[in-house]
Amino acid sequence: MKSYKKVLLAAAASLFMSVPAMAETLRIGTEGAYPPFNMINSDGEVVGFDIDIGMALCEEMGVECTVVTSDWDGLIPALNTRRFDFLIAGMSITDERKQAVDFTEPYYTNKLQFVAPKKSDFKVDKASLEGKTIGTQRATLAGQWLEDNLGDVVTIRLYDTQENVYLELNSGRIDGALADKFVQHDWLESEAGQAFEFKGEPVFDDDEIGIAVRKGDPLRERLNKALAAIIEDGTYEEINAKYFPFSIR
Amino acid sequence: MTWAERWTMIQPWLPQLWEGTLVTLELVGLAVLIGLILAIPLGLGRASRHWYIRAVPYSYIFFFRGTPLILQLFLVYYGLSQFAVVRDSMFWPYLREPYWCALITMTLHTAAYIAEILRGAIQAVPPGEVEAARALGMSRSQALQYIILPRAIRIGLPAYGNEVILMLKASAVVYTVTLMDLMGVVRTINSRTYQFELFFLVAGLIYLTITILFTQVFKLVERWLKIEASRKR
Repeated sequence: MKSYKKVLLAAAASLFMSVPAMAETLRIGTEGAYPPFNMINSDGEVVGFDIDIGMALCEEMGVECTVVTSDWDGLIPALNTRRFDFLIAGMSITDERKQAVDFTEPYYTNKLQFVAPKKSDFKVDKASLEGKTIGTQRATLAGQWLEDNLGDVVTIRLYDTQENVYLELNSGRIDGALADKFVQHDWLESEAGQAFEFKGEPVFDDDEIGIAVRKGDPLRERLNKALAAIIEDGTYEEINAKYFPFSIR
Repeated sequence: MTWAERWTMIQPWLPQLWEGTLVTLELVGLAVLIGLILAIPLGLGRASRHWYIRAVPYSYIFFFRGTPLILQLFLVYYGLSQFAVVRDSMFWPYLREPYWCALITMTLHTAAYIAEILRGAIQAVPPGEVEAARALGMSRSQALQYIILPRAIRIGLPAYGNEVILMLKASAVVYTVTLMDLMGVVRTINSRTYQFELFFLVAGLIYLTITILFTQVFKLVERWLKIEASRKR
């Protein structure tokens, strides 16, 4: 019995000691329903701007990375319960989120802008928006902006994914949608978005998007360094150009 | 976080939680009531001796029991709206609203289950009692009205109460079509507070409380309908 325990103990010890020797593996968390930033392609792989940036950061840090997806509003709890190590999903840096997680420096800057049918008379001021139904994604900056600024005049419909917002824009159940400008841009370029256009100027243009890590995790500093490095050496620009004909930084 | 701190965190959201609870209660209440009315012809048809009467309720029940509620909800909510025919029809003002889509789906779904409960209850009525009724000179419809249905209702009631509670819990899927039921409210609160554990716990307690209430109501109804075999009439 005793020797059996010793063997087990030795095995356990060697297991622990061998960990640092193995290549470090990090898990990247994302949503997978937010084209072109993160989406699932026809082969079932998670791809997009966020994934390319995440992988570039991993390469810069010299670690192996795998991608894990989760529902949008479950991403922060999943990060905090260690289902993955950092979260790159087009997430705006907000004070509320900062209470739950830490953010890196922003990796792109975003604006919020309305999209509505081309033929509709949709004006972006409080008086003309009165009585309209606006769709947006639950637990996003756009949703919060709508609640805080137009909550008393418009009906807000909150969807679980941005893809569902567009489905509803097509069916005419909502009069317009508020979301990140770059995501809207990508959809307007697609076949499904042909009958739609941007309406008005961006309503919010200081939306900084960061990578989230658990509170106090030193990984934050490593990510910041890696981010600065990929911006420096042009990797970032290359990835940017793959998705947008303009800079989103 | 102490419990006092938790309470101060919950307090500002109480009106929304109450609104959400009302939406949940209204949806479940209406669905199980309308579902019961729909289920009576379905259940009777399903218990028929003739295959051509059985066929329609059978396929209806087969479809609605055989597929998940969330899939049915998506078919009604996202599916129907993809057809211009539906969007131009007179039903669109209703089908446009997530509330009606949820109510229609939940009603059709629960009607299938209640019909099956009713069928089981009708077939569980002891044949001796039906024969006795017929021997006393009751017509087939009289026997149905005075003997079979009253007996079947008593037999099926506990199962119906069970179905109501199942629907209460199943109703939590309607938040996926933007409805602000209890679940929808809680998920929206979570997106502002990031206090996931706390507000899911609150929602759980509210669902539990409603379940207890429903159970008690059905207990009372069962007692009220009970007939003591020894009681003189």
